[in-house]
Amino acid sequence: MNQAPLVALVGNPNAGKSALFNALTGARQKVGNYPGVTVERHAGRLALDDGRPVELVDLPGAYSLDPSSPDEQVTRDVVTGSQAGERLPDALVVVVDAANLDNHLRFTLQLVSLGLPVIVALNMIDLARRDGLELDPAILSQELGVPVIPTVAVRRRGLDELKKALTATLQAGPVVRPGGGVVEDIVTLQRRARVISEKATISETAVRRWTHRLDAVALHPVFGSLLLLGLLFLMFQAVFAWSEAPIGWIETGVAAIGDLATSALPPGFVRSLIVDGLIAGVGAVIVFLPQILILFLFILLLEASGYMVRAAFLMDRLMATAGLSGRAFIPLLSSFACAVPGIMATRTIDDEKDRLTTILIAPLMTCSARLPVYSIMIGAFIPARQVLPGVGLQGLVLFSLYVAGIVGAFVAAIVLRRTVTKGESSGFMMEMPKYQWPRLNDVLLGLWQRALIFLKRAGTIIAFTTIVLWALLSFPKPPAGSDASPVDYSVAGRIGHQIEKVVAPIGFNRDIALALLPAMSAREVAVAAIGTVYSIDNPDEDSGENRLVDKLRSRWTLPTALAFLMWFVFAPQCISTIAITRRETNGWKWPAFMVGYLFALAYIAAGATYWIAIAIGL
Amino acid sequence: MNAPATVSVPLCLSEMPRRKSGRVAGVDWDTLALPEARRLRELGLDEGVTVELLHQATFGRGPLACRIGRMTVALRRHVAGAIHVMPDAA
Repeated sequence: MNQAPLVALVGNPNAGKSALFNALTGARQKVGNYPGVTVERHAGRLALDDGRPVELVDLPGAYSLDPSSPDEQVTRDVVTGSQAGERLPDALVVVVDAANLDNHLRFTLQLVSLGLPVIVALNMIDLARRDGLELDPAILSQELGVPVIPTVAVRRRGLDELKKALTATLQAGPVVRPGGGVVEDIVTLQRRARVISEKATISETAVRRWTHRLDAVALHPVFGSLLLLGLLFLMFQAVFAWSEAPIGWIETGVAAIGDLATSALPPGFVRSLIVDGLIAGVGAVIVFLPQILILFLFILLLEASGYMVRAAFLMDRLMATAGLSGRAFIPLLSSFACAVPGIMATRTIDDEKDRLTTILIAPLMTCSARLPVYSIMIGAFIPARQVLPGVGLQGLVLFSLYVAGIVGAFVAAIVLRRTVTKGESSGFMMEMPKYQWPRLNDVLLGLWQRALIFLKRAGTIIAFTTIVLWALLSFPKPPAGSDASPVDYSVAGRIGHQIEKVVAPIGFNRDIALALLPAMSAREVAVAAIGTVYSIDNPDEDSGENRLVDKLRSRWTLPTALAFLMWFVFAPQCISTIAITRRETNGWKWPAFMVGYLFALAYIAAGATYWIAIAIGL
Repeated sequence: MNAPATVSVPLCLSEMPRRKSGRVAGVDWDTLALPEARRLRELGLDEGVTVELLHQATFGRGPLACRIGRMTVALRRHVAGAIHVMPDAA
């Protein structure tokens, strides 16, 4: 099927490129990666008027062919045919914002000069009109020497015309590439772009734009900051409040499947593996899908509406005191859902030292995988009493854990910027897109893709780790008649015994030592791992979370539980984060450094918590 | 740089009154870091382009939101300070 012509969508950021891509391909998209880089490759299929299929790829937004980020590098390499894993496109669809021709035409001119067949989608023409701008596509087409099709991607307008033009362009035959090459001189191109834009503009009436009215509030030094705080509060509130019901459904569902498997299978080896290992382990993780999706929903909405850049703008001053820029706010906010997409989002940061620092502190943001660990520990050890009217002690402890992570990240950034990532303070320069209503379909599609990635992870890595842990905990079995605990006698028990020697000084017991290793695959596995340890240790008892809370209470002291919580604030217990850091920094040096400094911090913080708790008599 | 006669009058973009537009008379490209200068050019900043100071993030030293051509762009103060603007006649 590789013979279908390849068409690439290219354009400036904020040209509505992804909306056009979604409108053209619908949900038939494949999200992959370009080899060697973590830039996502979005591809989809599109049927032309003559019935021929076309493969459409959505390239990362770029300002020019002179790349300043890995994303822009991929765009440059694809359109010049030098990207590994991608053939030279048979045609380009250049998406331009009709209301921002001066700027977007410059990149268009550069792309046209490559010699590939080009069609220009004059997108968001309705918004341009609303802003009082009347354009003539025919003049634009004449000046550029390529077809120009007015489109409104979000309203699916102009799509048929675009397909028709694409059909004609592709029928015109294979690409003949003149040796023109890339025109590099930005200033010359920019001036030509302005001349063309002026010619194509029929009339322009000044209209007070909506975006400016909204910005008067959103960027206001006082109201803007309050609005941002309010939105963040709402977001974290929603993560907990809205997820309660769906979490209940998933728990009920997992329990039902577990019961079904228990009654369907004969007692013994296989049943223990499937019920205690697989279903309990994967179930313990899938429970967090609602919270992750709610967090991503907010992040997608903030991004699609254009607000995210405003948040970065408001945060720049604060971030600058830690030697970072407002741009780092976006990846760090995403890291509250998961550090992996957060670290991937650092690709938009131009400055290398700035980007590296952001990557190194991203794991300190409290990701959703820590929630299961936090909530079970808090549920078991922190009494549910009111400290102030409306403020419970449990909630307060959870909040402090979030704050501990943020403060830790801030201090780490200051130290890193003065030592290993020392350098000029980086700049902050960002285009602020117009506000727009997020489109439901685009948001749902984004959520669906996130859910799929999460479920795949739960179904593969986490299931695998849980089964391996179960096996290591189950064998070898103590000889009949021995009173040794089955866990202590097993392979895992012996490994755990060695780890215990290292972590005993910070108050950790055997159960924690056993849980730490599997929790490297993902933090939430710690809960499942402790559960597995107990269910193998005492196979007669019921399993289940409520029972786990009771078991924890009877076996752990409060200082140990608090130390365990502090450990999870800092410890880099996540293989995926380490792997993504290796890929994003092209080597083992930085992930090794990250793991080292975070483990050191975790050890110190947990130890200090334990000994202080003992000293004050908790 | 072939400076036109008006160069002595212009204000820095960071010192312009808010919501008062003007045209770029010149830019001290040398005072900007290389990637900064390049990004600024990519955002369409050039002599003759219409610019306007729109918003300030925080009191004091925060970044500025400026209009460059048809775009709104967030800049730090030292960058806006390198852009010399000839205010439009009222």
